[in-house]
Amino acid sequence: MDKSKETRTADYPAFFKKRFFTVIIFSITPMILVSGIILYQFKMSYHEKVHAHLAELVLKHKQNVDSFLAEKLGDIRVLARTFGFEELSDESFLRDRLETLQRGYGPVFVDLGVINSQGLQVAYAGPFKLGNVLYSTASWFENAMKNEYVISDVFLGLRGLPHFIVTVRDNWKGESWVIRATIDFVAFNNLVGNIRVGETGFAFILNREGELQTKPLFDVIPDKGPYLEFMKTKLKEKDDVQIVERRDEFGNKNIYVAAFLKGGDWLLVYQQRASDAFSDFRRALKIAFAIIILGGIAIVNMAYVFSTRMAGHVARMEKEKKMMDEQMIETGKLASVGELAAGIAHEINNPVAIMVEEAGWIEDLLEEEDFKEGENLDEFQRALKQIRTQGKRCKDITFKLLSFARKTDSRIQEVDINDMLEELVAISAQRAKYSNVTINSNFQNDLPFIRVSQSELQQVFLNLINNSLDAMEKTGGTIDIASKVEGDFIVVGVADTGPGIPKANLNRIFDPFFTTKQVGKGTGLGLSICYGIMKKLGGEIEVRSTMDVGTTFRVFIPLTEE
Amino acid sequence: MKTPLVMLVDDEVPFVETMVKRLEKRKLTVLTAFTGNEALEKLGKHRNTDVVILDVKMPGMDGIETLMEIKKAFPLIEVIMLTGHATVESAIEGMKLGAYDYLMKPCDMEQLMAKVDEATRKRKDHEEKIKEARVREALSEHGLE
Repeated sequence: MDKSKETRTADYPAFFKKRFFTVIIFSITPMILVSGIILYQFKMSYHEKVHAHLAELVLKHKQNVDSFLAEKLGDIRVLARTFGFEELSDESFLRDRLETLQRGYGPVFVDLGVINSQGLQVAYAGPFKLGNVLYSTASWFENAMKNEYVISDVFLGLRGLPHFIVTVRDNWKGESWVIRATIDFVAFNNLVGNIRVGETGFAFILNREGELQTKPLFDVIPDKGPYLEFMKTKLKEKDDVQIVERRDEFGNKNIYVAAFLKGGDWLLVYQQRASDAFSDFRRALKIAFAIIILGGIAIVNMAYVFSTRMAGHVARMEKEKKMMDEQMIETGKLASVGELAAGIAHEINNPVAIMVEEAGWIEDLLEEEDFKEGENLDEFQRALKQIRTQGKRCKDITFKLLSFARKTDSRIQEVDINDMLEELVAISAQRAKYSNVTINSNFQNDLPFIRVSQSELQQVFLNLINNSLDAMEKTGGTIDIASKVEGDFIVVGVADTGPGIPKANLNRIFDPFFTTKQVGKGTGLGLSICYGIMKKLGGEIEVRSTMDVGTTFRVFIPLTEE
Repeated sequence: MKTPLVMLVDDEVPFVETMVKRLEKRKLTVLTAFTGNEALEKLGKHRNTDVVILDVKMPGMDGIETLMEIKKAFPLIEVIMLTGHATVESAIEGMKLGAYDYLMKPCDMEQLMAKVDEATRKRKDHEEKIKEARVREALSEHGLE
């Protein structure tokens, strides 16, 4: 059995391979195709969703920042319009105003200053000592004189701290003057700095020159990356948001979302690692790959098992077919040998008969007076006797050959197997006694009658019993004869405790003329006759033998259908 | 008892020759035939033949056919089948057709002689009975009984 298992796949490597790869290709291809298409679609829609979400986020914050700036500017403008240069030039009044503002809005306004047309700060309220400072050369002042409202970029200024200012210009007695308010950088910075999404999403503001207007959470090199490209883009609409994805200098893929602020002066930039932004998608992708790999493994396993089974099945079929072919050949061989044997038997029988008769004639003649005194009379008689004996031997052989070819009484009759076996045991009892063999019978009662040729069946069992007796002639032993019904057969077992049949001989014992008996003792036809008879009956005969333990023949006789 | 008149039918000439010698040595009168047809012909001439020893297997008309013809034409003649084909089958068929017995070739001379004697006796018995019957018939015809 181990051997057959081992050769099962080995015998059919090409077949196995073909099945194996066919199954794999036809299972994996659709799986990968379907998963790929679904994943691609999912990726596209997920990207769209993320982009839309980020655009929304940036747009909202741009509006926040814009309204923050507009609000602060509005506050200062109200201040300028309500009180005018005269009142505001009074530092204590200005200080009151700053306090009011700070009370109303928190520490967003750091200080207030009033500057005349020459650039001299005539009044100042705030934590720094900036009274009577001349701003005539400061770029923001030039700008403030040109425009009615100015929100400056972030700069260090005289105080040496990053800040930006809001200025409103007005006229008093034909002279322009300017009121200036410093916006707290921290408060402003928080507006943008608080934009945090995921682990790597953050926002910052750049001015047209690419200078940072807020402190970014992570390092940003404004003159690299897509920032300058954003600057160059002309805005078609006020609320336009630009989105690009590209690799930064470290090789990480980032998403950049940008929107202009402050009428196009500033750019609000949001950036996030693509891996972070699409982390949900990445996770889905990982799960999908895990499923694909597991599925692949399952398919490969299944393909292996399936192909192994198929190959095994085919191998088994092939083996069965081979066995059947062999059996057919065997049966054919037996049949042709049978015919041949019949021919030979008949042809030999007549000459042998003549020889024996001639010998008999000589014997007859020897009876006559003339020969009675012959010197060699005894010798003649011995030789003639020998001729007769050998002639009889020839007759036995031809008789067996003929019964091998053509069965003896093949009339079909109702047979009780147990009765028949009993009879055979009785017949063999005498011989068994001489060989010191005990014959035990163990019959199943009320076996159904079967319609067969009794004499043929007798021949089968007599042959088996005689063989067993021959095998144990010198040693003695037991023969167990058992009958029982098994499925559609009556099974008769004839088991002896003889020396057994060597493995090499075991599959030849049914071959005609195969014998291990001494020359002249056996014809080698007994078992092949049995085999032929059982085949003709639609039955089986099988043998099992273990050296030094014994041999068991099992004869399967088909039950007659009612 | 007078010696039985036997006819030996076999296609094997040497066999027949030797058998004739051996049977004659045993005080039998032996007729021979080498084919079934020849046997029937000769039996026609020798209606007093007691026993026919007939080989089963012969070319042309075989033993069984010959037996049938003999039994048809000469019902009282007993037939002993001699067969190289020692098959119970053919023997049984022969017996069914009215053969007295069968023997296997090569056969034991003593056995053959015994069978011939038995068959002859049976033939004689039959003849006797028929004769008796005829006598009785004749007697009753003449109103003697």
